[in-house]
Amino acid sequence: MPHPKERRLLLSHADEPGYTGSYEDYTARGGYKTLEAAIRREPAEIKKEVLDANIRGRGGALFPAGRKWGFLDPNSDKPVYLICNADESEPGTFKDRQLIHKDPHQLIEGMMISAYATGTKLAFIYIRGEMFGGARILEEAIEKARANNLVGENILGSGYSCDLIVHRGAGSYICGEETGLIESLEGKRPYPRLKPPFFPAAKGLYMCPTIVNNVETLCQVKHAVELGGKEYAKIGVPNCTGTRIWSLSGHVNNPGYFEVEGGAYTFGDLIYDMGGGLREGRSLLGFIPGGSSTKVIKYDQRYRGKLQDGTEVDWGVEDIPLDCDGCNYFGSSSGSAAVMVMDDTTDVVMALANLNAFYAHESCGQCTPCREGSLWLKKITHRMIAGEAREEDADLLKSIADQVEGRTICAHGEAVAWPVQGFILRFRDEFIDYARRQARERAAREQETTAAVA
Amino acid sequence: MAETNGSDTVTVYIDDEPVVVPKGITMIEAAEHVGKEIPHYCYHQKLSVVGNCRMCLVELGWPMKDRATGEPILEEDGSPKIGWGGKPGIACNQPVAEGIRMRTDSDLVRDCRHGVMEFLLVNHPLDCPICDQAGECKLQEYATEYGRGYSRFIEEKNPKPKRTVLGPRVILDDERCILCSRCVRFMQEIPGDDVLGFIDHGSYSTLTCYPGRELDSNYSLNTVDICPVGALTSRDFRFQMRVWFLKPVDSICTESSVGANTQVWAREGKIYRITPRQNDAVNDTWMTDSGRDLYKQVEAEDRLTTPFVRGIEATPVQALRETERLLRPSERVAVVASTHSSVEEQYFLRRIADRTGAQRYAVRHWGEEDGLLLSADRTPNTRGALLTGLLDELPKPDLRELGAAIDRGEIDTVLCIHEDPLACGLTVEQVRKVAWVRMATHASPADEHAFIALPSLTVFERSGTFINQQFRLQKFRAVVPGPAGLLTDLQQLASLNSLLEDGPVASVQPDHAWKELSAEPGPFAGLRFRTLPSEGVALDPGEHARHPFPERQSLKYEADSFLASLPAATTAS
Ligand SMILES: Cc1cc2nc3c(=O)[nH]c(=O)nc-3n(C[C@H](O)[C@H](O)[C@H](O)COP(=O)(O)O)c2cc1C
Ligand code: SF4
Ligand code: SF4
Ligand code: FES
Repeated sequence: MPHPKERRLLLSHADEPGYTGSYEDYTARGGYKTLEAAIRREPAEIKKEVLDANIRGRGGALFPAGRKWGFLDPNSDKPVYLICNADESEPGTFKDRQLIHKDPHQLIEGMMISAYATGTKLAFIYIRGEMFGGARILEEAIEKARANNLVGENILGSGYSCDLIVHRGAGSYICGEETGLIESLEGKRPYPRLKPPFFPAAKGLYMCPTIVNNVETLCQVKHAVELGGKEYAKIGVPNCTGTRIWSLSGHVNNPGYFEVEGGAYTFGDLIYDMGGGLREGRSLLGFIPGGSSTKVIKYDQRYRGKLQDGTEVDWGVEDIPLDCDGCNYFGSSSGSAAVMVMDDTTDVVMALANLNAFYAHESCGQCTPCREGSLWLKKITHRMIAGEAREEDADLLKSIADQVEGRTICAHGEAVAWPVQGFILRFRDEFIDYARRQARERAAREQETTAAVA
Repeated sequence: MAETNGSDTVTVYIDDEPVVVPKGITMIEAAEHVGKEIPHYCYHQKLSVVGNCRMCLVELGWPMKDRATGEPILEEDGSPKIGWGGKPGIACNQPVAEGIRMRTDSDLVRDCRHGVMEFLLVNHPLDCPICDQAGECKLQEYATEYGRGYSRFIEEKNPKPKRTVLGPRVILDDERCILCSRCVRFMQEIPGDDVLGFIDHGSYSTLTCYPGRELDSNYSLNTVDICPVGALTSRDFRFQMRVWFLKPVDSICTESSVGANTQVWAREGKIYRITPRQNDAVNDTWMTDSGRDLYKQVEAEDRLTTPFVRGIEATPVQALRETERLLRPSERVAVVASTHSSVEEQYFLRRIADRTGAQRYAVRHWGEEDGLLLSADRTPNTRGALLTGLLDELPKPDLRELGAAIDRGEIDTVLCIHEDPLACGLTVEQVRKVAWVRMATHASPADEHAFIALPSLTVFERSGTFINQQFRLQKFRAVVPGPAGLLTDLQQLASLNSLLEDGPVASVQPDHAWKELSAEPGPFAGLRFRTLPSEGVALDPGEHARHPFPERQSLKYEADSFLASLPAATTAS
């Protein structure tokens, strides 16, 4: 059952008893009415609604969807493609899968509205390879929608046609990076493309104008068009309109997903109230706020100063709002809204080793800093947890990460660097102590052996 | 500094120096214009840009404009205000644009290079002492020039396969590969044979051939040339010689009328390898694999090394005098010209033919074209034979017409350059009917029936010029000396001509021939061997453009557009 602090827009029916997400259930609750209405309006009007709604991209980069659509060249004579990014692989993030599994028609409706607005004739859902259940659900739902003339030729007699294809990825994080995704969809290795010149809106799929949006973003479109852009923008706060689905995991009593009105509550509310707080006798060490690539925020950080809009604040970490930009004041980002909580029993070196292993494994290997830097970082933290930590490792880790950030083809470079930079910035002393403790233990063991021999 | 700012150029600023460069190039190329090297691995002038090595990171800045008015924003002193990107950018992917700035020498740029060099070396095996690339390795060069000079890496390196056979001529050492993808792009973009690719990901990425395929293209060795490190090596050259002992000499590939520009690498009279030399009008930076094998003819077992006169060993001078003695009185001489001969050699053969009133024959060597750097005419200098006036039509498929003339008793002496008569449709009887003089580099079964054998030198042992399918005059130089005591083809033909003319016999070099060639009116007027530029000179083919040449298309040649590009007077007929 939804927590009282939630405001469910996208997940409004998801956990309703008896709701199966079927076509019948969806239409019984007004499903596809928004598409029906939208398709009778001018595409430009729909675009305007989405622009007014100021839906910030929920895939992690938070770029407003309406402005992204605005990059499409109206004078281009090439076909436009719309791609739903359902690769959801950023560790800690599990919101898109709820939307797909529990209310697939909402996504389809959102996509068909978006396709109509952008002039798309062929749309794709690129779904993470491991989510075969989700892929099957979507395919069945699309068949149902097609049978009801909501997808395919001459949709609802409007003269507008657009097909929708589900494409399963082969299970690689980098396929979620939009240009890697496009390469993969073209049947190639998901090597992210150089930007410039390969901005998807200009030269995307098959070198044609392409819009890539996240699952949650496209579901939000449905509600923005349904309510009207301006009305929708009244939900939440200006920097975070609508709702956001937060994926909460880690050391909390009640992990899960929580759909919250933009900026209405705080991380304190999320962790201690919605998330049921920490386990008995534990205290907060910190949390990773926006998917595992974002920088860790430590329990004792404070921000005293002005916000972008000029408001003076004095915030502890519990006061950070559940919006889009609050985490920026703490040197991090709300990214994909996946919050991973760590209590005081967390071995920070182990935690970073785990993250490093992931990003080293997922580097596509195309560009030098990310490819070599990520594996080197992993090797260091693995050596550390294997008992061979050195005091200088903390600074070495940071320096390697600095040599990666901002110097790569795609933002995976940042995904490699940020966790390391964050952990060393907040826990440098712990890393050094870790090495000292190991040195003491080694010395003690040696003494024992020597004593035994003597 | 050129002040011009016409429509074809832009002014960019490299480390604060204004530089006028052509539009359409990138900043890495703009830097090259002013002699500044920006270190790079993946960028290659002739391949697409992928920007994966990150070695060329620089600081880039753009003149700022007011968002609202579009007017440039100025500093207090009136100079344009520059917006420096927050991050470094890659020079190989940045097109030049008016007013754009690039810093190639800042602390940030140095730090970027330190970083990339360090990363490239963490998993590199550092096996330079046994690596063929040592001495011409960009990893070595840049590590010295742009690296930090020490390593902070104490972990285990990734082990990878050390000797993967990719194809009949190329071996891969995966540990050395820096994944720049030059080889992959080359195969996709130039021969159009998409055979290489990477498998696995991250630092474990490995270069390999597509399943069921091997790197067997006739262009495979270009991947070895452009591999910036020692990952790809030539099976022929591998472990043969340290490159710093080798001396490169400019040459021309004789495999076909493309005339690919080459460098031939030798040490102490022995050739070790042939590599392409850049000529954007002819072969860009590429050449065939088959062309690289041609140096093997130098040390072939069947090399002719001793002149013979009627089966008896002679000195080269004796053999020439005997030839003169045959030619001078005869009224029934034929010459078999070769389109393998140089322009200079063809010129002297023409004079011999003129003087002796000889009938002229030649055999063509045609094959399938590959559309790239192997053209239908498998000899380097058919155009030379035409432009020197040695031949006035294209060579024939064989020498049967000569055989018929012999049978009719019209011919009693034949001076045959390079060709093997028995392979060209003549019978042993026909050869034996006449006094056959054969000048050639290699033995043929016809030699035992020949009157005189004049051993000649391979292209690697002589100097001269060829005229390729584009009527481009290109020069080649001797790389190694020929077998002891032998004379060059040019010397032999010039001497023979002098003997016939009762002139003095002197040492003749290509330059001597050019003094005479350039004195005649026509395509050669005013040209000199010594001053001929290394990229060659396009000649005016005149009427000779009209011959029904077999070449249709190669990398830089297309028959119809070539004809269309000529002055109208030339082609009208
Ligand atoms: C390494 C990497 C992985 C990414 N993975 C995902 C993902 O799994 N799902 C997603 O929606 N966006 C992902 N993104 C972001 C996409 O590139 C893109 O910005 C996004 O799909 C745009 O949609 P939005 O504007 O609706 O957020 C990833 C980005 C990077 C750099
Ligand atoms: S940053 Fe990493 S994932 Fe992105 S292109 Fe480079 S190597 Fe691939
Ligand atoms: S083998 Fe050489 S050319 Fe090919 S990717 Fe590796 S380093 Fe580059
Ligand atoms: S040369 Fe490799 S990134 Fe520019």
